[in-house]
Amino acid sequence: MTTTLPAYDEVVARFEPVIGLETHVELGTNTKMWCGCPTDFGGEPNTRVCPVCLGLPGSLPVANKAAIEATIRIGLALNCSIAEWCRFARKNYFYPDMPKNFQISQYDEPLCFDGYLDVEVNGELVRIGIERVHLEEDTGKTLHVGGATGRIHGATESLVDYNRAGIPLVEIVTKPIPGTGALAPEVARAYVAELRDVIRSLGVSDVRMEEGSLRCDVNTSLNRPGEEWGTRTETKNVNSLRSVERAVRSEMLRQASVLEAGGRITQETRHFHEDTGDTTSGRSKETATDYRYFPEPDLVPLAPDTAWVAELKAALPELPRLRRKRIQQEWGLSDLDMQSVVNAGAVELIEATVAAGTTPAAARKWWLGELSRRANETGVELADVGATPAQVAELQGLVDAGKLNDKLARTVLEGVVAGEGSPTEIMTNRNLEVVSDTGALTAAVDEAIAANPDVADKIRSGKVAAAGALVGAVMKTTRGQADAKTVRELILARLGA
Amino acid sequence: MAAISREEVAHLARLSRLAVTEEELDTFAGQLDVILQSVAQVGEVAAADIPPTSHSVPLTNVLREDVVRPGLTPQEALSGAPDAEEQRFRVPRILDEDVAS
Repeated sequence: MTTTLPAYDEVVARFEPVIGLETHVELGTNTKMWCGCPTDFGGEPNTRVCPVCLGLPGSLPVANKAAIEATIRIGLALNCSIAEWCRFARKNYFYPDMPKNFQISQYDEPLCFDGYLDVEVNGELVRIGIERVHLEEDTGKTLHVGGATGRIHGATESLVDYNRAGIPLVEIVTKPIPGTGALAPEVARAYVAELRDVIRSLGVSDVRMEEGSLRCDVNTSLNRPGEEWGTRTETKNVNSLRSVERAVRSEMLRQASVLEAGGRITQETRHFHEDTGDTTSGRSKETATDYRYFPEPDLVPLAPDTAWVAELKAALPELPRLRRKRIQQEWGLSDLDMQSVVNAGAVELIEATVAAGTTPAAARKWWLGELSRRANETGVELADVGATPAQVAELQGLVDAGKLNDKLARTVLEGVVAGEGSPTEIMTNRNLEVVSDTGALTAAVDEAIAANPDVADKIRSGKVAAAGALVGAVMKTTRGQADAKTVRELILARLGA
Repeated sequence: MAAISREEVAHLARLSRLAVTEEELDTFAGQLDVILQSVAQVGEVAAADIPPTSHSVPLTNVLREDVVRPGLTPQEALSGAPDAEEQRFRVPRILDEDVAS
């Protein structure tokens, strides 16, 4: 389609968006949902399978207690009611990603329902209604082969690995979210970020979008003010926070251009493309009746004991939003400063660094400075940048002890990120420790500069290679006791080169 | 009136990827109709004081502990498969469909 998209400002002036989010979270249990197969990531194909998750005749599923417990805890953290009695349902469909020709899910009786999550967007609290939290099983992975292109449309065969089939998967569905106007994309992003933080704080999943343990589908519709809600589309394949925001925005623009041209929105699944930020049409959605849901006959109903639920509720950890408020006060940060810490995904990292003995200010400096820059450059999350809170605390300890100055500390940190070892090891191995008697060293440098004014001028004018002559002079006066590299840096610093 | 139409049987066959001939559609529609009518008779017997049930035994909360148990080797897992490649099950392509969930 070659139509020019309207400007975003015009779209939100003429239309009101309604969004909704469906999020799937793979639980971090030891075993699968219905059998004792391990769930660890990255095994050789079909090495974590058994008769149950392969759907072999005569096998029977038995629900994993830890997965039920984790789902109830997620529901409680999202202020949901917990069903006193509910059943699993069989969702029938024909696709080889499940060996059984069906997926065990929940249909009209979710384990948790009717909750909410408060999300902060631009300092304002937005309450997102939670429709339901239910438990199902993940699918296997299919690889399409044969044909010319290697893509599904050219493929002649699919190769299937069932290691992931049967891993507990929690689906969290919001109620429709109207009234967010131009902020709709940001609200969607903030919701997924907050949900991720909540689930991480519960310790029930590692919620990594890039590894697929948290996956997001985004529903979007537009209507003119005063009219009924429009037809929605469901955008799948949205696998980063930034993509959630972009997917809502691009779908708003696309729908507006269709509606402005007098067209109608088709209810359909659309696929998000990370590279272009656009969505393209997928298949028309099968209706719920086509899945022929019915109560799963191989599993008995669930009736969570009220005392157990109360116990789980009492044991919930402090939830991220409240924790952030408390931390902000403890660290004495302004709203803006706290926001940048949150946006960088640094709350827990700074907290752990402080717990390891660093001041909040110093911990914040490293995580939001060098390490954030590095994470942005390499496109990884801050937590995966390659330095741990303990290492950052150790580094700051060396600075506080006067063994490293700021510049040397940054060099050491680069070594840490590159995996060269602990800050102390790197400092020692690479001889980066500040020469303790800096006074004497500076005096020797000044003496060498004064004795060689012509060389000094060359360096000042940018010929830093000439510094070698001065380094030699300093080494001579200090009788080789100084670190040549430090001396060189000192000379360049003195001459402003 | 029939409990299931010929069109519904054709639709179910399509969802199940079964190649059913026109003749078979007539046969199956007739057979399924008899089955559905028989089941419907049970519904007529059930009184208002009998709640609908999906399980024949009054059990709830049959759960297992989250403990790893040995499964099958890939060789065992693939031994009954019609075809395999790269330690994976090999199946004909399925187009225009998405994964569940």
